Amino acid sequence: MSSLILPAVLSGLMMGAVYALIALGLTLIYGVLHIINFAHGSLLMLALFAAYFLHYQLGIDPYLAIPIVLPVFFALGYALQRGLISPMSSGSEQNVLLITLALSMIIDNLALYFWTSNTRTVDIPYAYDTVEILGAYLPLGRVIAFVAALAAAPLLWLFMSRTRIGSAIRAVAIEKRGAELVGIDVNHTYAVCFGIGTACVALAACLLLPTFYVTPQVGYTFVLVAFTTVVLGGMGSLLGALVAGLLLGVIESLCGLFLGESLGQIGIFLAFILILLFKPSGLLGKVGR
Amino acid sequence: MKFNSVGQIALVVAVCAYLLSVYFMASPVWMGFTINALIVAVIAQSWNITGGFGGMSSFGHAALYGTGAYASAILQVQYGVNPWLAFAIGIVAGAAMGGFIGALAFRYGLKGSYFALVTLAFAEVLRICASSFDITGGGSGLQLKLEPGIANLQFPDRTVVYTLLLVVVALVMLVTYMIKKSRFGAYLVAVRENEDAARALGIDTYKIKVQAMVISGAFGGLAGALYLQLWLFIDSTVVYGSAVSIEALIGPIIGGAGTVWGPLIGTLGLHLLGEGAKHLLPNAPGLNFVLYAIVLICAVRFLPRGLMGLAALIGTLKTRKDEDHA
Amino acid sequence: MLEVRNLSKSFGGLKAVSDVSLDVPEGSIVGLLGPNGAGKTTCFTMIAGFTQPDTGSVTFRGEDITGMPPHKICTRGMIRTFQIVQPFAGLTVQENIAVGAYLHHHDRREAMAIASQVGKRLGMGNMLDRPASSLTIAGRKRLELARALATGAKLLLLDEVMAGLIPSEITEIVGIIRQIREEGHTFLMIEHVMQAVMSLAETAYVLNQGKLIAQGTPRELVKDASVVEAYLGHGAAARLQDENHA
Repeated sequence: MSSLILPAVLSGLMMGAVYALIALGLTLIYGVLHIINFAHGSLLMLALFAAYFLHYQLGIDPYLAIPIVLPVFFALGYALQRGLISPMSSGSEQNVLLITLALSMIIDNLALYFWTSNTRTVDIPYAYDTVEILGAYLPLGRVIAFVAALAAAPLLWLFMSRTRIGSAIRAVAIEKRGAELVGIDVNHTYAVCFGIGTACVALAACLLLPTFYVTPQVGYTFVLVAFTTVVLGGMGSLLGALVAGLLLGVIESLCGLFLGESLGQIGIFLAFILILLFKPSGLLGKVGR
Repeated sequence: MKFNSVGQIALVVAVCAYLLSVYFMASPVWMGFTINALIVAVIAQSWNITGGFGGMSSFGHAALYGTGAYASAILQVQYGVNPWLAFAIGIVAGAAMGGFIGALAFRYGLKGSYFALVTLAFAEVLRICASSFDITGGGSGLQLKLEPGIANLQFPDRTVVYTLLLVVVALVMLVTYMIKKSRFGAYLVAVRENEDAARALGIDTYKIKVQAMVISGAFGGLAGALYLQLWLFIDSTVVYGSAVSIEALIGPIIGGAGTVWGPLIGTLGLHLLGEGAKHLLPNAPGLNFVLYAIVLICAVRFLPRGLMGLAALIGTLKTRKDEDHA
Repeated sequence: MLEVRNLSKSFGGLKAVSDVSLDVPEGSIVGLLGPNGAGKTTCFTMIAGFTQPDTGSVTFRGEDITGMPPHKICTRGMIRTFQIVQPFAGLTVQENIAVGAYLHHHDRREAMAIASQVGKRLGMGNMLDRPASSLTIAGRKRLELARALATGAKLLLLDEVMAGLIPSEITEIVGIIRQIREEGHTFLMIEHVMQAVMSLAETAYVLNQGKLIAQGTPRELVKDASVVEAYLGHGAAARLQDENHA
């Protein structure tokens, strides 16, 4: 059994990096707009389908699809925030939750209608290539996803700290009224932030697809994992999301190892409940409940 | 019960007329459809107690529904317990699950989105458990033996089922009305509106919230146990799935959260809409949820107090003593 | 009736309240004054059980109630109001007051009857059936008072009950408080409106930066120019002098 633990931990870390990337988008949106985007998982599912069809119809490799899918999903996120979520919710936290819930219902069920509930996977030449790390054989696709997701986090951080729009986003997050007074277009900044959060999901989808599958229901699985990651990491904390994502990947993998595959995710949800109850500010969060 | 506008009276009369007309339509499709809607109306009323009156929006009412259904099913299938007793224990199990989730969540002061997410997580944990253990039948679910008869709480005649369900829904609404008009109901609204002010006025807000979850759990367990007796089969997705949680909250929000009639009106309205869509586009599973979602967005934006709130604006009656929003 | 001894509370490194002691004799009206951020409201939250004091004790009618939850303190006959008044929207004025009355009367009819009676006593007889959300600021302040009274509390802690009111409304509410006091109630009130405190309170305590710095009758405090200058702001003494002459 003990010989299985190291591979399980490593494979958990690989998956955890993708969780972290998805959660980065969610936590960014929460940290700036102070809203919970319930449709985050559905957007991931949509991006998975986008990457899938680019490969299926046009033969574009999922990794090469990143430059296409990423900007499209940035635009989609921008439009959703500007055109639907913001005008429909009238600024109430409760309403945002309901509107994004409704959005996820629409996306999920339309996907079900158009694409049926069949499980789809992409057929790529390197699908079964493995990499040996510390004696464990890991799928090449997972290792690539791990490296790329970990690289994306510092890039996002650089973007937030070094660019003009990044500073605007930070300013709006800290003091909305003040940012407005110095001439920052708050609605635009919010929408950009939502777009970036959605772009994170698109990147995660492209990295995930070669070693994963896609069905219309897949978003729901991920949305709960993403919430858990965000809460565990501390709502709004980018570094926290990264650490928490990796941690949860390992927890899931170990639970799967010891309790059986079907119960793997139970570890995540139990972790979620325990964190919400005992430390809702998360590992690295500052604010209380 | 008093209503404060012609619009509300018209709405309630329309609903009652529809429910009665089902008897005369002699259409098994309509009757079956309305039977389903009535069960959903019970879980919607369950949500309304906590989410509507108490302002604690749950995204995981399936946790209560599924617990009622599974408790009753496990007792009947695995232990051969009398269906009536199992049914009653299903209700108690729902109440206990409500109390458990409430006690934990409120002990640590969860509210708003955090409460919504933690209830969702509870439902999800229960769903995964139910699909993984032998006692719950694992992935294949639990099937009751078909043994029609009053002793087994199984009624082959749909008209009888429908009548019984109408009685149950009426009782649930009566209990809700009594809660609304009681000290507990006033306290619940006080907690929703301003928890600190409520505490200052001598209200043990923790106790009130947990009690609300227990009552809500009993209604939720009731709805789940009803579903089981009707279909004789459950599995983890059917009773613990997110669709149940969504249907529980969407009816009251559309119909009017925190009102006695809102959950029934909202649920019936939505199901009629969904049924209509099904006739127009027969091979589109899930399309009703797309419609529900669109209606939900519109309701959040344009009908903050739901259909009952909208109806209240039509032909407002002169203010009377002890007026209520029914 | 109320004895507060050596109450202290820190938030992080900041001492919000340190070593505050005060007495409220039965039947009196006691003022708690001080500039913004002096720790007055923090004192209230500790006395009424909303936050735990770090040290010190609160005794009400001879019983130690330190750290007791607010709802239990309320049952014993002491209640606080809030600076920012928020009626329970969705309930009528009468139902709002009844929420207070329910504390000792579980039956709806009884509670509603008491609510109506208390409402009328406070001059709200004609608005009992109105939705509470439709009230003006002055109406809300009265409602806050009515709700508190309906619980049957004997000691009322009022947090800036006159803030935001125009002079004629202040005169009205001063009259109401006097009348309630005559009926056997005791008050501890945080107040900024000096004029009101002067005419109501027998004793007042002045709090600054979390510490008690003076106590006495309002007239003594006002005459003490150094206290006024230092703790109610530069030039305040002169302004008050003018007001007294006016």
